[in-house]
Amino acid sequence: MKLTIQVNEGPYQHQSADSAYFFAKAALEKGHEIYRIFFYHDGVNNGTRLTTPPQDDRNVVARWSELAQEHDIDMVLCVAAAQRRGIVDDGEAERNGKDATNMAPGFRISGLGQLIEGGVQSDRLVVFGD
Amino acid sequence: MAEETKKFMYINRKAPYGTIYAWEALEVVLIGAAFEQDVSVTFMDDGVYQLVKGQDTSGIGMKNFSPTYAALGDFEITKIYVEKESLEERGLTLDDLQHLVWEDEDEDWAEKDSIRLVNRAELGDVLADQDVLFNF
Repeated sequence: MKLTIQVNEGPYQHQSADSAYFFAKAALEKGHEIYRIFFYHDGVNNGTRLTTPPQDDRNVVARWSELAQEHDIDMVLCVAAAQRRGIVDDGEAERNGKDATNMAPGFRISGLGQLIEGGVQSDRLVVFGD
Repeated sequence: MAEETKKFMYINRKAPYGTIYAWEALEVVLIGAAFEQDVSVTFMDDGVYQLVKGQDTSGIGMKNFSPTYAALGDFEITKIYVEKESLEERGLTLDDLQHLVWEDEDEDWAEKDSIRLVNRAELGDVLADQDVLFNF
């Protein structure tokens, strides 16, 4: 089955960031295809490489990056949500005159159309969040 | 890309200003309107507060985005479901909500009501009929 996953909550604040990760991992292990993972609302905070969790805790962001690299998954941060919350890649830094970037490896920033298109192209859209 | 039309429903369940869900959900609805799917929008639970008329946010320093709902008809979003029990549980009636309309091209642009008041069981049937549910 082809899946698009939407993550609406930030890491550590909310378990849905963890649940979405474990769901994605389990789906891949079962042979399903992940068309896209789209991060929205505070979910875009899953994509900052500046996160520094305590050493005895899981690293939610690094875990996503590894998953994306291992399975070549398209992981998209919503541009409007990312701008509000200060998640920045090179293009965004240039466009908005910011002096730094913080997007983690394996992510890209794009528009909400990517979420809708995921819904159109996939067999199931699975939403994680409140 | 629109080789396939799916039934998309956006479900709004939260009050408008305490969290950003309502506003960012509305952004998804507006962007999604460009994709020519069969779209409907539902307001239930505290989400019914999003449609309450006469909103004034001047005291909280936030943008009042409620006028945007009146534009949904212009985006060809003509099916807006409001759950009856959610209204009743909050002491609200349809009269407390904005009057949302759309213009029917096939009937000389006659103005028609967008809001469909449905009870919980009816809404369940509508949800079961959808292909894609966006839950905010």
